[in-house]
Amino acid sequence: MIRIEKLHKSYPIGKDSLHVLKGIDLHIKEGEFVSIMGSSGSGKSTLLNIVGLLDIHDEGDYYLNGQLIKDLNEKKAAILRNKFLGFVFQSFNLISYKTALENVALPLYYKGMNRKERLKVAMDYLDKVGLKDWASHLPNELSGGQKQRVAIARALVTNPKVVLADEPTGALDTTTTDSVMDLLKDINDEGMTVFVITHEEEVAEQTKRIVRLRDGIIISDTPTKAAKAL
Amino acid sequence: MKFLFDSDTWQEIYGSIRKNKVRTGITIIGVLWGIFLLVVLLGAARGLENSFNKAFGNFATNSVFVWTQSTDTPFKGFQKGRRFRLNMKDIQVLKSEYADEIKLLAPRNQTMNLIVKDFKSGSFKVSGDFPVLDQIQKKKLIYGRFLNQNDITSSAKVTVISEDIYKQFFEKDEMPIGQNIKINSINYKVIGVYEASNTANIDGDTAYIPFSTYKKVYNTANNIDWMMITANEGIDIEQMESDVLLTLKNLHKVHPEDERAFGSFNLGKEIAKFTGFLTGMQFLTWFVGIATLIAGVFAIGNILLITVKERTKEIGIRRALGATPKSIRQQIILESVFLTTVAGMVGIIMGATVLMIIDTLFGQGEDATLVNPTVNIPIILAAFTALVVLGTLIGLIPAHMATVVKPIEALREE
Ligand SMILES: Nc1ncnc2c1ncn2[C@@H]1O[C@H](COP(=O)(O)OP(=O)(O)OP(=O)(O)O)[C@@H](O)[C@H]1O
Ligand SMILES: [Mg+2]
Repeated sequence: MIRIEKLHKSYPIGKDSLHVLKGIDLHIKEGEFVSIMGSSGSGKSTLLNIVGLLDIHDEGDYYLNGQLIKDLNEKKAAILRNKFLGFVFQSFNLISYKTALENVALPLYYKGMNRKERLKVAMDYLDKVGLKDWASHLPNELSGGQKQRVAIARALVTNPKVVLADEPTGALDTTTTDSVMDLLKDINDEGMTVFVITHEEEVAEQTKRIVRLRDGIIISDTPTKAAKAL
Repeated sequence: MKFLFDSDTWQEIYGSIRKNKVRTGITIIGVLWGIFLLVVLLGAARGLENSFNKAFGNFATNSVFVWTQSTDTPFKGFQKGRRFRLNMKDIQVLKSEYADEIKLLAPRNQTMNLIVKDFKSGSFKVSGDFPVLDQIQKKKLIYGRFLNQNDITSSAKVTVISEDIYKQFFEKDEMPIGQNIKINSINYKVIGVYEASNTANIDGDTAYIPFSTYKKVYNTANNIDWMMITANEGIDIEQMESDVLLTLKNLHKVHPEDERAFGSFNLGKEIAKFTGFLTGMQFLTWFVGIATLIAGVFAIGNILLITVKERTKEIGIRRALGATPKSIRQQIILESVFLTTVAGMVGIIMGATVLMIIDTLFGQGEDATLVNPTVNIPIILAAFTALVVLGTLIGLIPAHMATVVKPIEALREE
């Protein structure tokens, strides 16, 4: 599903450049549930953004669903994101003037689905995250956990190949964290590839594989107890 | 173009317009004001021009009026303060000496007289005139005709009266032609009634009678009160005025430098002044109008820029969800075109309303200052289109910027 070879990424800072990813090799197969851990500034978000086609790498190869990602123009990138990827952000990133239902339906709009069908599908996914009754609420009327569940529904609505989540529980308390993790586990059980960044060991333990980063290199890549239990 | 008819497109636009009320308000006010100002300015300028045309439109504008006063310099044995009169010999001389320059020449005699019909009476100006007067100062006749050469030759006792005189002596819609009125106790047959309004009528309410009749009845011999001269096309009217005055001074033994002996009024000169003023005003209108439009264009562009800036994050989110650069641009541009179109139309409607109000307040009656203040629809449409197109082109810059930055940079924006 995702194959990364000798990936490098630097950020220009003034005249210098900051070498953030220093040769990453990573292979994630379809249906995996992977978490990345590492100290702040180790390059986790950078890696996820490259995987999510929100940013571009400098060196190395990246294959998404077998397709080499190289010199991609924005239009193609947008189509790939729409088709293969679903995003969940730490700060939810819901559009504030759209209702929960409209937010969930938005990726389908860019897919070109008509409104009626779109709202129907979106409602199904809201139901799936347990927020059917909140469909007509604006984001600021929802709790953090509810917002994140709306965001997850939005990430899932196009039925992507991979869900990418950058600290999805970073802004949540323990109970809501659990409900969000349960949701991610459920969708993984249904076969979805899920790739999360987290700081919390308890969260990482609920995934099936933990990749640890330090200073832009992978220092360990191990299956979790949860995976072994299977 | 399909996206234009897509209800989703409009749903998206409606959503974002409703969300950004302040921005929407500012855009609408900016554009509305620009168009509104342009409509009102152009309309008012047109109104002024119309009222000017109405006032002078029936008048040969290259005309000079000449009359006599009294000398202010002794000359050839005459004391200063001498009074003298113009006469038909002067007319003869001028006609032959200035055959090339003078187009029309109307000698005139005028007096105030009592007009009586049945048991009604009133004092009005009576004027002895030639048919040529009608060419210098066009009369719009409601009934009958103006004086003609036959009336002159036969010294007919006929008269052409003003609408107001008619109203005073006749019933409403009564046929005046062929009826008699008494001027100074002498019967005249009414042969015409002219419309007094809508014309700068230097005569006021006048009963015109043939020049020859006047001469007999009032015993004026060869004397005349004053004359109206119209120059040929392309003749320098001021030059002609001073030449004619010099010739007349010579004929009447008046010192060439005498300033008071002859009075004259150069209509051409006065009108030239006013035309200059009108041209200046039109220029000003256009200048202000175009400046307003440019300001409007920048306002739209600027607002779009702000829009895009404050919505960078939203645009980033949309891009992460699969919005293509084209769809982002389309939305931003469609939004601005929609806003400017609505605002522009409201501006045009408001401007037209104000012009209508101006018309009812100042545009009615005989001495209206602004007659029929209107604007050319093509001009307004052109200005409007320019506003929308230029505004949108400027808006393309921020819209483009919003799509060239990497999505992650847009997302990082707070
Ligand atoms: N756009 C950027 N320009 C310059 N430097 C950047 C940029 N984005 C990230 N960095 C730097 O790259 C390094 C890695 O950043 P990254 O966001 O990937 O870290 P992270 O592992 O996600 O950290 P955190 O756990 O705090 O989220 C950091 O030192 C950061 O300062
Ligand atoms: Mg991070």
